Amino acid sequence: MIEFKGVTKKYGNNFAVKGLDFAIEDGEFVFIVGPSGAGKSTIIKLIMKEVDPDKGAIVIDGREVTRLPNRFIPEHRRKVGIVFQDCRLLPKKTAYENIKFAMDIVHASKRKIKRQVPKVLTLVGLEDKGNYYPHQLSAGEQQRVAIARALVNSPSVLIADEPTGNLDPETAWGIMEILERINEKGTTVLMVTHAKEIVNRMNKRVIDLRDGRIVRDEEEGAYKKDGRI
Amino acid sequence: MGAFSYTVRQAFSQIGRNKNMSSASIFSITAMLLVVGLFFSIMVNVNLMAKNAEDQFDTISVYLKDTVTAEQGMELAEQIKMIENVADAQYLSKDDAMAIMKERWGENGYLLDGVPSNPLPASVEVTAVALEDEDKIVQELNKFDAVDEVRFYRDAIEKVMTISGYIQKGALAIIIILLIVSLIVVANTVKLTVHAREEEIHIMKYVGATNWFVRGPFFVEGILIGLISSILAVVIVGFAYYKFTELFTPRFLILFNSGMVPFDFIIQNLIIIFVALGVCIGALGSILSMRRFLDA
Repeated sequence: MIEFKGVTKKYGNNFAVKGLDFAIEDGEFVFIVGPSGAGKSTIIKLIMKEVDPDKGAIVIDGREVTRLPNRFIPEHRRKVGIVFQDCRLLPKKTAYENIKFAMDIVHASKRKIKRQVPKVLTLVGLEDKGNYYPHQLSAGEQQRVAIARALVNSPSVLIADEPTGNLDPETAWGIMEILERINEKGTTVLMVTHAKEIVNRMNKRVIDLRDGRIVRDEEEGAYKKDGRI
Repeated sequence: MGAFSYTVRQAFSQIGRNKNMSSASIFSITAMLLVVGLFFSIMVNVNLMAKNAEDQFDTISVYLKDTVTAEQGMELAEQIKMIENVADAQYLSKDDAMAIMKERWGENGYLLDGVPSNPLPASVEVTAVALEDEDKIVQELNKFDAVDEVRFYRDAIEKVMTISGYIQKGALAIIIILLIVSLIVVANTVKLTVHAREEEIHIMKYVGATNWFVRGPFFVEGILIGLISSILAVVIVGFAYYKFTELFTPRFLILFNSGMVPFDFIIQNLIIIFVALGVCIGALGSILSMRRFLDA
């Protein structure tokens, strides 16, 4: 469970987020929407403890992240998988190696790596492309490798920062199917997006931000309040 | 265990991937260590020369005329012992003088066998109670008829000691400056390799890598670069010093009446000094360059 309690973050004199209050239960699928500069990225940075809030508390799985000593940050981040719009794969490693890399970091055993990497590759539908380098894969396939990498250490939360931003609609739907499948298996999914179409059709919870404040938080919401198809 | 071997493997592949940067670092550390080695060799040799000079020349040599017989010489030595502040006086015949010189020249003593007739004079070697008394004693010694020449080296010894002191301090200062310079060079090299892999490190941190997991390979890389440099430097300095002693020891003996510090001593010390310096510079350089990068 992710809980924001009155969280405020300022950069200089500008409020990035202002008095945010919300809770995301385990196993939920949540869209965070809003115009650029509304504070969507700041929420991700706060969850990853890349930045600390000026006010308020962030509690993840019963642990207050704000008070987490620096040495526990790596452990905290392992519980949260993250996917970016630009994939951020290592170009000199194959798809398989890119995923294995995330397991090396937690010093997983060779046996576990051999079992787990093909499993997540299958989950994202790339079981036969493990030996391809990123430049040999399409944008959608690269994003799937990134998702596989985020999932390989079995995080309880998957954060996706505009995962479909660079993709054509059809490929984007492929990604959404994977995210939904992952969510059905019990992983909490938090997706920041501008993709109106996707939000409207998925019919999931929507948190709408304006100027660092929540203006709308709806179960089975749409991209805009009156934007329902 | 798994973590350690991962770190070491990463370090090796990093050096392989950044061949240019690594060889640049190795080159500069090796160059620095070579200069350190040069100054170290000069320092210990100057030190040895100064010590030898002190040992050899703290006596007053009273050279006797060639007409003086051995009995007269020994009698003179007894008379000299009576002078105030003289600790000891020993008569040395021409043959004794030659024997001592041969011994001093050690394995190069055979060079003296070629001298046709013994040019060394008989002498009385006088030891003063203290260096300061020498002036007065010399005044007394010059009064004897049998004395050809009196030589003493008090001023010279003091000068040699002062000069060797300056040389050693200078060498030490240069070594310290070089250490700082090479530390900066290594820190910058590692910083460049870190920047080249900024993306990778960023991903590592997002996936939950600990600072040591990220830092480890760079740290080991620094140590390896230091180690390789120190081995290179030991080989080069060792070879150069070996050749140098082979060529110049005879000349040293003739010029300074003192041998050179033996190869074994130099090499044993340089191995310790170089490896310690190389490894410390490598490790410290990488820690310094990573420090800012990993905070947050």
